[in-house]
Amino acid sequence: MAQQSIGSVLVPAPGTKYERYARRPRRFNLEKWAWIYMRASGVLLAVLIFGHLFVNLVSGEGVKQIDFAFVAGKWADPFWIVWDVLLLWLALIHGANGMRTLVNDYATRPALRRVLLGLIALATVALLVLGTLVLTTFDPCLGATAETAAAIPQCAIK
Amino acid sequence: MAEEMHGVDPSAGHDVSVQEMGAVQQFTVTMIVRRFDPETMEEPVWQDFDVEAYSTDRVLDVLHKIKWEQDGSLAFRRSCAHGICGSDAMRINGRNRLACKTLLKDLDITKPIYVEAIKGLPLEKDLIVDMDPFFASYREVNPFLMAHSDPEKGKERRQSIAAREIFDDTTKCILCAACTSSCPVFWTDGQYFGPAAIVNAHRFIFDDRDDEAQVRLKILNDKEGVWRCRTTFNCTDACPRGIQITQAIAEVKQAIMRGRP
Repeated sequence: MAQQSIGSVLVPAPGTKYERYARRPRRFNLEKWAWIYMRASGVLLAVLIFGHLFVNLVSGEGVKQIDFAFVAGKWADPFWIVWDVLLLWLALIHGANGMRTLVNDYATRPALRRVLLGLIALATVALLVLGTLVLTTFDPCLGATAETAAAIPQCAIK
Repeated sequence: MAEEMHGVDPSAGHDVSVQEMGAVQQFTVTMIVRRFDPETMEEPVWQDFDVEAYSTDRVLDVLHKIKWEQDGSLAFRRSCAHGICGSDAMRINGRNRLACKTLLKDLDITKPIYVEAIKGLPLEKDLIVDMDPFFASYREVNPFLMAHSDPEKGKERRQSIAAREIFDDTTKCILCAACTSSCPVFWTDGQYFGPAAIVNAHRFIFDDRDDEAQVRLKILNDKEGVWRCRTTFNCTDACPRGIQITQAIAEVKQAIMRGRP
């Protein structure tokens, strides 16, 4: 389908004919579950994100408290590991699905669409694996010297 | 429309006291029309016309004056000219409106009025677009009563006032395509069912005399179905019948999630 660009929207070029694709009924509809996921994760993320921002930036000494020791202190508590794992997975998939929607809307060339969707999937999986690995295997004393260990309460105990 | 009500030409006499009762204001209005001739042009061009008009005129009257008195080659659709047939949906000052329901006095006529064809459907000539893709998606939702039982012999199908009320809003559609051609998701590739098709599916999905709501819910539970709606509300703003289209689409989404109307 030939198209012309008017502003940022694509409309059919004058005189071109276009057909609607044939519909294919499917038993599992990704779009429906993606739509539901966006709303459900959105509600949870509102709580998780504002909780995260409050604990890190407002409570205690505020923004000045953030350093390696502060993060290590948080992740000594399984509560914050669960919180951050949830935040990571829900937010990353939420964002990736939003980008997938944009690509589906605006990338009309099939090859370009496949490449962009592949890149989004790749980036999402890589970030999820790396992030989850860090959160579940985090050891604040790893590689700490005698001097730096003193600054981290968990290492000092050992 | 409210924000467009900037009044009338100041030169046309605000001094009502010296005017006769019932006198109609007359003024010159500039209308800039996006013209396209498929035989000679690659791209549409804007052409302006100065027209003597009255405050009681509608955009359609001005288009008539252009066609009848200035340039007979101007092409546009209109049938009833009274907001019922839905032929003359067009983009007026950037908003989808029926030309026959848009009064000049509701527009800022100190500035030119821009008129162009509705977007997202293939342009055929001037203000005329190919409506086939629009009606193709309308037909796909089975916009007719599908009942498995016969009404009592010699009687009509009975329906309570409350049951009729549920889908009353979506019975008002005149298929002018103002909503579908204002939808940015429809503009992208024209594959989305579009607001008008979903509105007409809604009209039968929530009709308790109809027995095939499930069929329509299945059709709209599609990659190009209700889930592509981003609740932009352009359709609700464009509808000349004031149908709450975005709400109707949301009701169909909920029905699909429930699995029943």
